[in-house]
Amino acid sequence: MTLPHSLYRNLSLYLFSLLALAFLAAIATARSQEQTDSAPDHPAMPVAIHGDTVYTMDGAPIADGLVLIRDGKITFVGSAQDTVYTADHRVLRAKVVTPGLIDARATVGLSGILNQDQDQDMLEKSAAMQPELRAIDAYNPRDPLVAYVRSFGITTVNTGHAPGMLISGQTMVVKTHGRTSDEDVIQPAAMIAASLGSNGTTSEAGKTPGTRSKAVALLRAELIKAQAYVEKLQAEDESKRPARDLRLETLARALDGTQPLLITAHRQQDILSAIRIAREFNLAIILDGVSDAPLVLAEIKASGFPVILHPTMARSFGDQENLSMETAAKLKAAGIPFALQSGYENYVPKTRIVLFEAAIAAAHGLAFEDALACLTRDAAKLLGIADRTGSLTVGKDADLALYDGDPFEYTTHCTATVVDGTVYPGENYD
Amino acid sequence: MCGLTLLTAAALHAQENPVAFTGATIIPISGAPVENGLLLVQHGKITAVGDAATVRLSSEVQIIDVTGKIIMPGLVDSHSHIGGGSGGDSSSPIQPETRVLDSINVRDPRFQKTRSGGITTVNVMPGSGHLISGQTLYLKLREARVIDDLLITLPDGTIAGGLKMANGTNSLTGKNGFPGTRAKSAALVREQFIKAREYRDKLARAGDDESKRPDRNLALEELVEVLAGKRIVQHHTHRHDDIITVLRLAREFDFKVALHHVSDGWKVAPEIAAAGVPCSIIAIDSPGGKLEARDLSFKTGRVLEEAGVVVGMHTDDGVTDSRFFLRSAALMVRAGMSRDGALRSLTLANAQILGLEDRVGSLETGKDADFIILSGDPLSVYTHVEQTWVEGRKVFDRSNEKDHLYAVGGPGAGDPQNTYLCCFGDAFAHHENQGGIQ
Repeated sequence: MTLPHSLYRNLSLYLFSLLALAFLAAIATARSQEQTDSAPDHPAMPVAIHGDTVYTMDGAPIADGLVLIRDGKITFVGSAQDTVYTADHRVLRAKVVTPGLIDARATVGLSGILNQDQDQDMLEKSAAMQPELRAIDAYNPRDPLVAYVRSFGITTVNTGHAPGMLISGQTMVVKTHGRTSDEDVIQPAAMIAASLGSNGTTSEAGKTPGTRSKAVALLRAELIKAQAYVEKLQAEDESKRPARDLRLETLARALDGTQPLLITAHRQQDILSAIRIAREFNLAIILDGVSDAPLVLAEIKASGFPVILHPTMARSFGDQENLSMETAAKLKAAGIPFALQSGYENYVPKTRIVLFEAAIAAAHGLAFEDALACLTRDAAKLLGIADRTGSLTVGKDADLALYDGDPFEYTTHCTATVVDGTVYPGENYD
Repeated sequence: MCGLTLLTAAALHAQENPVAFTGATIIPISGAPVENGLLLVQHGKITAVGDAATVRLSSEVQIIDVTGKIIMPGLVDSHSHIGGGSGGDSSSPIQPETRVLDSINVRDPRFQKTRSGGITTVNVMPGSGHLISGQTLYLKLREARVIDDLLITLPDGTIAGGLKMANGTNSLTGKNGFPGTRAKSAALVREQFIKAREYRDKLARAGDDESKRPDRNLALEELVEVLAGKRIVQHHTHRHDDIITVLRLAREFDFKVALHHVSDGWKVAPEIAAAGVPCSIIAIDSPGGKLEARDLSFKTGRVLEEAGVVVGMHTDDGVTDSRFFLRSAALMVRAGMSRDGALRSLTLANAQILGLEDRVGSLETGKDADFIILSGDPLSVYTHVEQTWVEGRKVFDRSNEKDHLYAVGGPGAGDPQNTYLCCFGDAFAHHENQGGIQ
């Protein structure tokens, strides 16, 4: 984005907001009576959020900033000085205000808090490739970990099937309200999760794929089947069209780019395999994990594919033994678009907090605002939801995180999280 | 013999002449922080700590200017699994005769990663899948070729370590004599301690009469040490009722115990305080992962501290990474623990939990010269451990390229340290690699 354009845009939004405010003020008196009866977190209640510093991620940070919210949308972003709003607003104040954070790759809601068989829905092991498995059919919005991640400022997660099978299923993008999947979802069929390397192979005797080569061969064969399926669907004679096949119809969406493959690959040879497959089938993929990224930065950059980087504090063993806390900074320096993730753990922590993962990146060479960007604006772009969230911009969803200090500091707290204008409590240690 | 030779060499390298670290803010833990401080080290011991302005140094003192840095004691981790050591196998739930000593790989790259996290003393434990899984080992993270280089020898000549015990769900398999219920777990442990008492009493009655002595029994010998208070029980426990069970058994058999993990500790803090039992707690980024840890919270540090419990912390490496040990304490401060208490939990409190508080855990004259040099506030995410010193020798230096690699990760950081496989290149590297969660 060029600077003049950005300035012009901010200025015009600002002017528009002032006009809107005047209008709102006129109707405020009429509405104030019913508003006082609303629950304090009622989404319809207008909210005014003051921040000593407001990181909009859409222009420069604003000192003594103000964000106004009505009906779940942002109606004003700017300086609090000389800005008036009506008395019916619920007022929140924080040292630091940021856009609601986005966790670009999670299993929260599928890998439940208790880690018992009945609350673990992130990996179906009956077949190596099951792209037809939808996240929305498994997501438990009331798992306590959904509210837990929300309490740190996370408002949106791309959650779903975990790495661990060649194709484990799909992901969905969902807001962290914790109501129902259908109410909270914003992209029900976001990505198709595939894994190469040890995540995509099995060591069980007689089971396939048992090797890296076999995994890639199986994946290619399945994509070729999907290509043939798509072609047959074009048959003019309806009777010659194939019967509906959930598996192939999902992969057809990977082929046409409407639901991209998210390929988990940590070792450098697996990263290159993912890129090779993508080229063969002309796929737009997202690279996931990429512990060995520093070894093949040029190849990743040349591919043009974005990256959802492993958690910076992930355990460094097996395929991930080479992972580095400095990789985020290296991706940034190389100009590779990336976001961060909480990832998947089969033990503890049952979910990571993507804010904490970004903090470690920020302490290892990634500039503060770049670290914030990979949790907000850049993650929104990568997930294709930048028109709705990821920055504090008038008209976007009112997703915000409030902190009592530098969000990355260990001893800072998230004091409130706002999702679609609804105010949720921040961290609680009572 | 090799180990002995190396120790002698190490002693020669340690400061014959005194070395003074000047200008840093010193956090001694045993007292208030000192700005523009001085830490004087000789022969592997601390010979003075104080205000640089008030101490006159003789000309033979080598001065290292660390102005602007923070110096604090080397961290003590009261519960770790670095080196991939093991204790008992799956043949029975009670195996106090097994020693983690006999299983540690000192070339595990996690040793250097641990030094990079500022840890200088560590309790390496066997796992928690047994009621009694074996003998733990308290290690000093000196440079090491073999396990002997890391050992701590106590004044009576024995090797320092504890006994690992556990209750709750981990051992509840119902197979191979393992318990199927909590009551059975406690009954099995009580039976074993009763046997150990009888064994101890028989030994005492036999006195010098060898013919009356019972046959040697490695398992009971260890428990006799525990009954005598020579060996502290390091007890894994999560749920509030399991915590109370540990306190009940410790009272019945009068053994010294420290509680580990203590996920529900915040629910029974007054009871733990009344028992005078210290706790070693852990910071995990989210609760759960198992039924017993559903209510795990960063607030445990604050609640136990307020109740008057001695609170230590641990990494449980690889459950959390040793490089984030300072972070663990900071997360407790996030939930209201005092800063002093949090820093103490990483150092002196852990030393107490291991019974090593006379040697490590604070910067005091006469204690081991184990300390770390930090770039800033120990509880800030932006702070890095710049140097780690053990007994007056530098064992980690972030400005060194190889050490930096262990500190942040990257290709090669997973390779074992090849201190003496030098001549074979990396041929053995990947075969020896230790990974996984203990």
